[in-house]
Amino acid sequence: MSEATLTAQPSGGSPKVSSISEAVIRIAGNSQDGIQAIGGFLARLAGRSEQEVMTHMTIPATISGGPSIFQVRIGSGEVLSSGDEADVLLAFYQHSYEGHINSLKKGGIVLYDSDHVQPNADWTKEYHHVGVPISGLTVEAIGGTAKDKGKNIYTLGLVAKMFDLNVPKLEKLIGERFTGKDPSILNNALAAFHAGYSHSLGNVIETFKFVESQKKTGHQVVMNGNEAMGYGLIAAGVRFGAGYPITPWSDIMELLRRELPKYGGSFIQCEDEIASISMAIGAGYGGRVAVTGSSGPGISLKTEALGWAIMAEIPLVVVDIQRGGPSTGMPTNVEQSDLNIACFGGHGDSPRVVIAPANVEDCFYMAIEAVNIARKYSVPVIIISDQAIATRIEAFEEPNLEKVCQDISPDLSPVADHKPYDLSAADGVTRHVAPGTRIMSGKYPIATGLEHDELGHPTGSPKLHMQMTAKRRKKLQTLASTLPTPKIYGPSEGNVLLVGWGSTEGPIKEAVDRARAAGESVSSIHIKHINPLPNGLDNIFAGFNHVLVVEMNDEGLYGYGQLGGLLRARFGDPKIRGINKTDGMTFKVKEIVEKARANVATGLRKL
Amino acid sequence: MSSTISDIPARGGNILATPALDTERKGLTKKEIAADHPTWCPGCGDFSVLALYFKLIEKRKLWHEKITTVAGIGCSSRFPYFVQAHGAHYIHGRALPFASGISLSRPDLHLFVFGGDGDAFSIGGNHFNHTARKNIKMTYVVMDNWVYGLTKKQTSPTSPLGFKSKTDITGALDQPVNPMKQAISAGATFVARTTHTNPNHVLQMMEAAMDHDGFSFIECLSECVEFYEGAFDSSNPRKGGVFNTVPADHDVTDELAAYKLAGEPFPGSFGIFYKTNRPTKNANEQKIISAAREKVKDLKDWQILQKNFDRLK
Repeated sequence: MSEATLTAQPSGGSPKVSSISEAVIRIAGNSQDGIQAIGGFLARLAGRSEQEVMTHMTIPATISGGPSIFQVRIGSGEVLSSGDEADVLLAFYQHSYEGHINSLKKGGIVLYDSDHVQPNADWTKEYHHVGVPISGLTVEAIGGTAKDKGKNIYTLGLVAKMFDLNVPKLEKLIGERFTGKDPSILNNALAAFHAGYSHSLGNVIETFKFVESQKKTGHQVVMNGNEAMGYGLIAAGVRFGAGYPITPWSDIMELLRRELPKYGGSFIQCEDEIASISMAIGAGYGGRVAVTGSSGPGISLKTEALGWAIMAEIPLVVVDIQRGGPSTGMPTNVEQSDLNIACFGGHGDSPRVVIAPANVEDCFYMAIEAVNIARKYSVPVIIISDQAIATRIEAFEEPNLEKVCQDISPDLSPVADHKPYDLSAADGVTRHVAPGTRIMSGKYPIATGLEHDELGHPTGSPKLHMQMTAKRRKKLQTLASTLPTPKIYGPSEGNVLLVGWGSTEGPIKEAVDRARAAGESVSSIHIKHINPLPNGLDNIFAGFNHVLVVEMNDEGLYGYGQLGGLLRARFGDPKIRGINKTDGMTFKVKEIVEKARANVATGLRKL
Repeated sequence: MSSTISDIPARGGNILATPALDTERKGLTKKEIAADHPTWCPGCGDFSVLALYFKLIEKRKLWHEKITTVAGIGCSSRFPYFVQAHGAHYIHGRALPFASGISLSRPDLHLFVFGGDGDAFSIGGNHFNHTARKNIKMTYVVMDNWVYGLTKKQTSPTSPLGFKSKTDITGALDQPVNPMKQAISAGATFVARTTHTNPNHVLQMMEAAMDHDGFSFIECLSECVEFYEGAFDSSNPRKGGVFNTVPADHDVTDELAAYKLAGEPFPGSFGIFYKTNRPTKNANEQKIISAAREKVKDLKDWQILQKNFDRLK
């Protein structure tokens, strides 16, 4: 963090204003307190102020209630992760206070609801304590019936004061949020906000002002990963989907159910996971790439049908929002343990494409990429995201939608002849021709899961099985040759190369920055195309003594983790090793730095 | 072309173009419709169903490209390979949701699903119920032979009690599924029963099913000469049985009367047991689409998305 980072100094005089470049605010309460709403407002405000923002939240797996946190990091410079330590902790309850004080950096500010929290005398020496009777003052501001409601907005007012946030912009955001509802709700919200904003924090605390953002790259949009994925699929031209509710995938299906009809499409809630992938494949066979998705156990259930789409060469997009597994596992925690099932799940030799977005912006663009790969190569594409990207809010440069949105309506004009599994295609790539297309030769194709000849009729010929197996493999090798080699973050030669995929990109880059600042020779790459892998990784690995694959999954029986195992199989290079963890939480920067150091130390002995 | 199918409006923005039909085209001949020679055993009841499907295509002047034949896994599910038209041979038990994906995104196609009793009532039982209750437009013909034939004589969900198979050597123990009751109680809007030994009746039922706007289900008894010979003799006048059609005074819209018919002891009645008009899933979705499109009718797709993005700033 830069020298202008927030620091609180006890001061006896009048409140002073310090310039800061970034701040990490952790809001801790119960899930029904609307703390996500405070975080959401802050994130959206940052987006509108062309600041960088990243959030992180945890939710209990219970239906209603239970402790929950929302962490938001706002910066005028680049924000890579939601931050290891908070500058400010907002604590609504005793359990929030006691459970999260450790996440606050020493000397940080804890702003607590003095109606519910009894400060600990020892901690008051280490952290700056500001008690406000939030619950009572909220009731005072908006009336007695709103006992618990509105205190989140009151708190937003306190934060706005503390960070000298742009009040008109926040009022506008509050107005947008409560638009269309009973006007008294909006009035109450604004009353709570202003009461919080005008509450005197006294002279015990300084206030802060963000330095103006250096970013001048036009407008930003602010959303979470699941929203970005849903909108990306729409931009890609997807007009049909089917799914079954499961956390954390459900948000995408709800979004598509709501939005697709505007575009003439629909999203169907099915009786189960198998029906949903089958319906999506049926629609894909019908001529237009369709989407299904799931999390955890739902992905396991879909694998047989996925194998059919691979065999029959039908375009399909499957979204996997990973959560802790196996079985029901940890539904609301993050894990990257589905890489193996995504790449290899199912019986038989069944090559498919797996791509992994690294941030919210990627969710949007890689949804489009997935659709285009599926269409071009007539193959299922799995987008492997995770609970952390799904729920975190980021700001990114607004896409040029006029340019990005595409029409993928099927072309049903007659063709002279068509072989869906034409073996003369040198690169193995053939195109799906949808029903409704007149084939002038009078020979019509069958899409099938049986091994088949070029028209899709069943065969037991060993030669055809070999040729068709090779065809399904070859087309992905063709795809591999078109994929971009990942860019190296840091110098292209050095001691340690950190390799990541998915939601860990930010903490890994920050770990590189931190290690390099400490004089260590560390670089990183982030792999977004998992299966097939892009060409050229071996050249990158050649520049380093250690290749450490950072993943949120178990090291496995042989000690390499899931991507690590894949890279070992691909390159057979003993310097590839893993940094793995399975605590259900995102990587902290210091965890990566420390584990990398430890790994290199033991690794050197082994070498 | 049946008016019920051609009248369904094409979805806005979903299908590029429905190729203009060449009105001069003659109906297809059997030779043009037949593809691979069926792999079924000589004497199999499925031959009759295939022949009558060809006849339906000829009679109703359906074109190759407008027919989509879908099946799951089983002897009868080999069906699509024998038809010279677009078709798909999907996985075991899941033909209905696959076909639903086609039906809901391609209202311009005639969609027929063929399968057996294992596909429909065992591995795919749940899909049968849900496709019926959703009333997704398609015709589903189950060739019921009361036995697993492709895997060589194991008990099927419709095997009668006491039927001796390789998996029930002392006779089937589990109460068999009654396909007609199942279909009626699941909410199918067209439920009919026929048998392969009465070709005219099979064709009649197929035509009526095709013209029904909704999920139309036909149970067609289809004898497995290899593993359950003589199973349906008592329904075949040529074998000394009786072929009773549904009584003339039967009200096909009366669900309870239909359920009673379905409860008759074998051979029971043949014909349309139940038929009702309930909005299809296709129509209900179209309604949601029309209402949503009305609000954005002057906008291009990217402009609709832009409106969302403007709210996310």
